[in-house]
Amino acid sequence: MTNSIIHILLALTMPPLLLGVIGKTKAAFAGRVGAPFLQPYYDIIRLLRKGSVFSTTTSWVFRAGPIVALATTAVAALLIPFGAHQSPISFDGDMILYAYLFALGRFFTMAAALDTGSSFEGMGSAREATFSCLAEPTLFFALITLSRLSGSYSLSGMLINISFGVWLNTGAALLLLVCGMFIVLLAENCRIPFDDPNTHLELTMIHEVMVLDHSGPALAIIQYGAALKLFVLGAFFVHLALPYATGNSLIDWGLFVISMLELAVVIGMVESAMARLRLVRVPQLLVAAAILAAFSTLLVIR
Amino acid sequence: MSYGMKTFYNGTSFDRGEIPSHDNDTFFQALLDAISAGWRVCSYFGIPHAAGATLYCIMSARDGNGTLGISSTSVGRSFPSLAAACPQLHLFEREIAEQCLVRPEGHPWFKPVRFQKPLCAGEGFWSDSDGGGLLPGVMDFYRVEGDEVHEVAVGPVHAGIIEPGHFRFQCHGEEVFHLEIAHGFQHRGIERALIGGPAPRTMHQMETIAGDTTIGHGQAYCMNMETLGGVFAPPRAETVRGIALELERLANHTGDLGAIAGDVGYLPTSSFCGRIRGDFLNMTALLCGSRFGRGLLRPGGIGYDCDAAIADELYTKLQAARKDLTGAVQLLWDTPSVMARLEETGTVTKVDAREIGMVGPAARACGLNRDVRRDHPFGIFRMSQIPVVTATTCDVAARTLLRWLEAERSLDFIAEQVRHLPRGGGYRNPTKSIAPDRCAVSLTEGWRGEICHVALTDAQGRFERYKIVDPSFHNWNGLGLALRNQQISDFPLCNKSFNLSYCGFDL
Repeated sequence: MTNSIIHILLALTMPPLLLGVIGKTKAAFAGRVGAPFLQPYYDIIRLLRKGSVFSTTTSWVFRAGPIVALATTAVAALLIPFGAHQSPISFDGDMILYAYLFALGRFFTMAAALDTGSSFEGMGSAREATFSCLAEPTLFFALITLSRLSGSYSLSGMLINISFGVWLNTGAALLLLVCGMFIVLLAENCRIPFDDPNTHLELTMIHEVMVLDHSGPALAIIQYGAALKLFVLGAFFVHLALPYATGNSLIDWGLFVISMLELAVVIGMVESAMARLRLVRVPQLLVAAAILAAFSTLLVIR
Repeated sequence: MSYGMKTFYNGTSFDRGEIPSHDNDTFFQALLDAISAGWRVCSYFGIPHAAGATLYCIMSARDGNGTLGISSTSVGRSFPSLAAACPQLHLFEREIAEQCLVRPEGHPWFKPVRFQKPLCAGEGFWSDSDGGGLLPGVMDFYRVEGDEVHEVAVGPVHAGIIEPGHFRFQCHGEEVFHLEIAHGFQHRGIERALIGGPAPRTMHQMETIAGDTTIGHGQAYCMNMETLGGVFAPPRAETVRGIALELERLANHTGDLGAIAGDVGYLPTSSFCGRIRGDFLNMTALLCGSRFGRGLLRPGGIGYDCDAAIADELYTKLQAARKDLTGAVQLLWDTPSVMARLEETGTVTKVDAREIGMVGPAARACGLNRDVRRDHPFGIFRMSQIPVVTATTCDVAARTLLRWLEAERSLDFIAEQVRHLPRGGGYRNPTKSIAPDRCAVSLTEGWRGEICHVALTDAQGRFERYKIVDPSFHNWNGLGLALRNQQISDFPLCNKSFNLSYCGFDL
């Protein structure tokens, strides 16, 4: 019970901090002081206090987009175990729900974007649809591999099972998986090299361009939802890459928080060290991620 | 061969009676012949009169002697368009039609340029097409028809803090078939305001033609005023002007390098260059108190002297900035992901660049070896040359590399000049009233390329026409060509690699 409460509290409060840490890391690499760690929280609060503007050409779909996207991500956050603790909701086959909750959220974001009738948002939806199709196989190969390794069909079972012992036995498969999932993590969360969350250039955006017409609280919901998505996918990735566990509940929570912050620093470093990919190269890298994950599946199945 | 033109050198003036006035056939045939022989049009404009307009054409020779040529003709309500044969004339002819109400017959792309009111009384060709007066961006855009073709319109209000311009893309998926650019949102009527000048405020208007090219345009105006008034700027002033021009180039090239890095999402260079650009602007402020060089250039010399203390401080700051800039830019070449993004993006072939008459760094990046500082030297560049840099790959990478190489040459130039400032002789000669019935032509190499100012004075010694051509006027079409068959997501990067002026075009 305590673990569930901590789980929900963390999922509610911590996600924007990751963005703050990424921003601070990038600033450090660029020789700047950077915005405060808590800036993403201030931004969300500021947006929540603003009014909204809705185009008269949009329908309920436009308003539902941000809410569905946040709701699906929030449910996904309940399915994924944080650190060495069971997730609040766990059942056999929840991994399929986990994958398609994101798909549902994405569908509504794209539908809301198309609802505006803007040519930019149409372009963004087309890009998002193409790239998310290519990112999905990686996730499923990863789930197959993990379920094979653990013999479990629930996310909690398969992710908590990963430990340094498993790494010693099937290091090659896990390494391939970590590479593939890191690519998907960056792509799904619109980070460089796939998308630039800070750009103002509407023609180059993928995700940001779909939310151009949202304002005020709706935009706050979108920003918070994006942070939560990074948090949830990050928690999945941290299980694979940094499976620390001590057995002591409180220490494990601390380790989880530290691992998430480490992940944010690593993302910040990647963003500082390289430029964005040309848009035509994005599918190639996503397919590469799928192939890496497929090989890891091959390695554990043989 | 001068093709019936009067030849002269940059920064000189002559009686208007010396300008050959041909009949129409001779004039247009000579224009065609000169262009096919490699002459390039610097400026082509009209002065409206009761029955039509007098057209003047100023061209730059290919002979390497710094020869410029001018000729004129008087046309009625229409004149034959040469744009189909000589694409570099196409915007000039549209501009003449818009300003002087004479129609270029057979123009393949007959549309407004700036959506401005004509310089003479009368109805423009397009004023009734939209019913609400002439509004910028309201015209028939080129359209590609088809089920899978879609149109994307960007601007005039942009997401970034930039000037207004409207871009229409005809796309097939992510691929751009055609880009059409509409201007005129920044039109302030500078050329109209200059008729009847010069006035005390004229210098300030020149400094704001394009805010980031204050020195470039200011220098061209000062040259015209000096040759018309018969005064010379002292050597010391010429040197300081040269230093200021190169500082302007450095500041803008540095800013562009940072902006290109920012557009591909490469933060370190983007952040560093943003700061170093400020360092260069502050060096200009050291000379005159304004970061953009306002008030530095005045006809007859410079507005503020540059004493030894300032020169020493400038030199010290320059060396520090050079070190920082080298480090920041080196990161670009050392990062494969950045180079992969820049290479083979936004290519304009050398042939196209020559045909549409591109100038400045954008042309040099296509391998065209043209630079006013060498071809038509002016001011300090008559004594001290800056080597011309060209690149061959014609893409964004070439334009990026070229900016860095030019910045290096400018750094060398300033470091040398600032240590050998000519002594004595005052820094500003008193100006005199300007001569009547004269024509003066001045070309300078601003950081975007060739700037051409033409002054024609009337019998009272007032400007009958003061024609300004900003390098952006030649180059915007190059951006349109660079986008052909490119990814639409590469547009911001291509745009930044050209970094053309909206207000310099709109005047």
